[in-house]
Amino acid sequence: MRRGLRALAAAVAVAAVTALTACGTSGPSAGPSNGLTMWALSDQTILKSSVDAYNKDHPNEQINLQLYANDDYKQKLRVAFGANQGPDIFFSWGGGALNDYVKSGKVAELAAADVDAGRFTPSVLKTATFGGKVYGVPCNGLAPVVLYYNKQVLQSAGVQPPRTLDELKAAVSTLKGKGVTPISLAANSKWPTLMWHEYLLDRIGGAKVFDRIGGGDASGWTDPAVTQTNQALQDLVTAGAFGGNASSIAYDQGASTALVYTGKAAMELMGTWEYANFVKAAPDFVSKGDLGYVAFPAVGGGAGDPANIVGNPSNYLSVNAASTHKDAALRFFKDYVLNGAQVDAYLAAGSVPPVNGLDAKLAATASADKAWLTFVYGLVQAAPSFQLSWDQALPSQQADPLLTNVDKSFLKQITPEQFGQNMSKVS
Amino acid sequence: MAAPALVLFGLFGVVPLAGVVALSLARWDGLGRLGWAGAANWRAVLTDAGTWESLWLTVKVMVLSWLVQTPIALALGLFQAGRARWRAAFAVLFFLPLLLSAVAIGLAWQALLDPAFGIGSAPGLHWLARPLLGSPDLALYTVIFVIAWQFIPFHALLYQAGIRQIPAALYEAAAIDGANRTARFVHITLPQLRYTIVTSTTLMLVGSLTYFDLIFVLSGGTGGPGTATRVLPLAMYITGFQAHDMGRASAVATVLVVAGLGLSLLTTRLSGFTRMDSLQEGL
Repeated sequence: MRRGLRALAAAVAVAAVTALTACGTSGPSAGPSNGLTMWALSDQTILKSSVDAYNKDHPNEQINLQLYANDDYKQKLRVAFGANQGPDIFFSWGGGALNDYVKSGKVAELAAADVDAGRFTPSVLKTATFGGKVYGVPCNGLAPVVLYYNKQVLQSAGVQPPRTLDELKAAVSTLKGKGVTPISLAANSKWPTLMWHEYLLDRIGGAKVFDRIGGGDASGWTDPAVTQTNQALQDLVTAGAFGGNASSIAYDQGASTALVYTGKAAMELMGTWEYANFVKAAPDFVSKGDLGYVAFPAVGGGAGDPANIVGNPSNYLSVNAASTHKDAALRFFKDYVLNGAQVDAYLAAGSVPPVNGLDAKLAATASADKAWLTFVYGLVQAAPSFQLSWDQALPSQQADPLLTNVDKSFLKQITPEQFGQNMSKVS
Repeated sequence: MAAPALVLFGLFGVVPLAGVVALSLARWDGLGRLGWAGAANWRAVLTDAGTWESLWLTVKVMVLSWLVQTPIALALGLFQAGRARWRAAFAVLFFLPLLLSAVAIGLAWQALLDPAFGIGSAPGLHWLARPLLGSPDLALYTVIFVIAWQFIPFHALLYQAGIRQIPAALYEAAAIDGANRTARFVHITLPQLRYTIVTSTTLMLVGSLTYFDLIFVLSGGTGGPGTATRVLPLAMYITGFQAHDMGRASAVATVLVVAGLGLSLLTTRLSGFTRMDSLQEGL
């Protein structure tokens, strides 16, 4: 999920509130009569080039692409579909939010053969599959969450990248002794803290605990593994793993990234998009090879497979059930979305797209990011389970209570037991 | 003569308001069909501890904002209305925050208050390197401070205009009677500013009741840490546009409308503003 631009969207949020009291904004203008409309996020420049390629080949049936900022987009899409004015093709995060649209009958089912679904990584396609039917195709890079670290900082403290939670705890106390913040965390934004919950629960209780919760079983929240997860995280907080200021660091300000590349903090748990942020903000730091990354540590005695990953499998494109251009949309999905040229473009940008059989391409690439690309691809290929971020996987009414309780647990305003109790009440 | 104003007010004020009240009795996720909910949304909103917590935070923001902003705005207004050296230059400086959008102010303060890279890293200011926006105990007061920074210039402008309106003859007469500066301020300036104070107070109270954008940006859109800055308008937004529960959000909106109307009626009533008596009778 691209969570950036949240701040930019704030301006629009103000307009959105006006819309609440003014009973909705005017719907989107209808697209050209002989073409399709498509909505996506403004940072999707590679996706845009696939639309350009399609338009070049289909002068009589153009796709009119409109790009929006992150939160702005989610609300605009919802309002447009609510007024039956949605675009023909739309971009989403899959999971519970897309399922809202599917349940309201707004999304067209995609036959596997029509979109050549066999080329996509199966665990990624699962996030846009509901009741055994596919409602979206992946359209950009894989975004599992990994543990980044500053090699210099770990080295000078004599610490190895942690492979287990116990090693992590040991590293925390050593790093703290050296006056470094062990782990950088943008807790003010709440969702970065959620990543710790997602991984810890997966490692402690296995993928099945959240499978139950995601399946609508609210009693899953009271599983002992959920309490142990909160206990483990609160123990880390008590040990000073996140320093004293985490709760005022907002992700969009870039401070959590900066703490790592300036050496003020040693590690950060974040999605793969953070790699591009490091390259952009501190090119020397990355090119000198100071940026390290490993999979989330295993938890001794935990039920989860340490190869499991969490994060955002990909973003997805879906077709409006009311679209009169379904054939054209399917043609675009099949031949232009994540085709050879798109895959190359994503790899060149340091991002691994969710398609099968990339081994040969990765082995042959001369990219400076080769090690990173191979790491991400290997991680995803070897993962028995790829859990979508909980705030996206759950129905949207539960996302805010989830993030609020995650934050309260992090601030130790609630006990580890209360987290599960509170969540089972809102589910 | 009043017809155009009435039509506009009806179209953009009364009709949407009626829509919100109607929606507060409905079940709607913004996507599917509208369903009848009866009193369910109201029951849910009124029995939710979160609503009352948000309301309490809103009252706190309102009262503290008034207590902080009024004296400072009055003092600045006095200064700007006077003839002190560099008055015009200072007035321009004081006025600056008013020209910035709330989002820009929010982002700027968020960056300034960052414990690692903000003003706390400047020499002599290390005592500021603490989680001012991140601590559940401090966040609300930090927000109130930034709100004051944004709005004091506006209220100072109101007071400046109010003070300039006071006839100089009153001060001259008082000076002849031997009234000192304090006496002149208490017995002439303050009584003459009565309606300005009422106007400023009403704007401040109703404004803080519905204040949203700056708090949204400063708390990363979540009203956090925890729910420490989740005032009622923010709770309404999160319910409506993140949880997509338009019915419940409309119930909260209705509460806000009623509270806002009640407050402005109360302040104007209690202060005698509605009688529209002249402050310069007998002059």
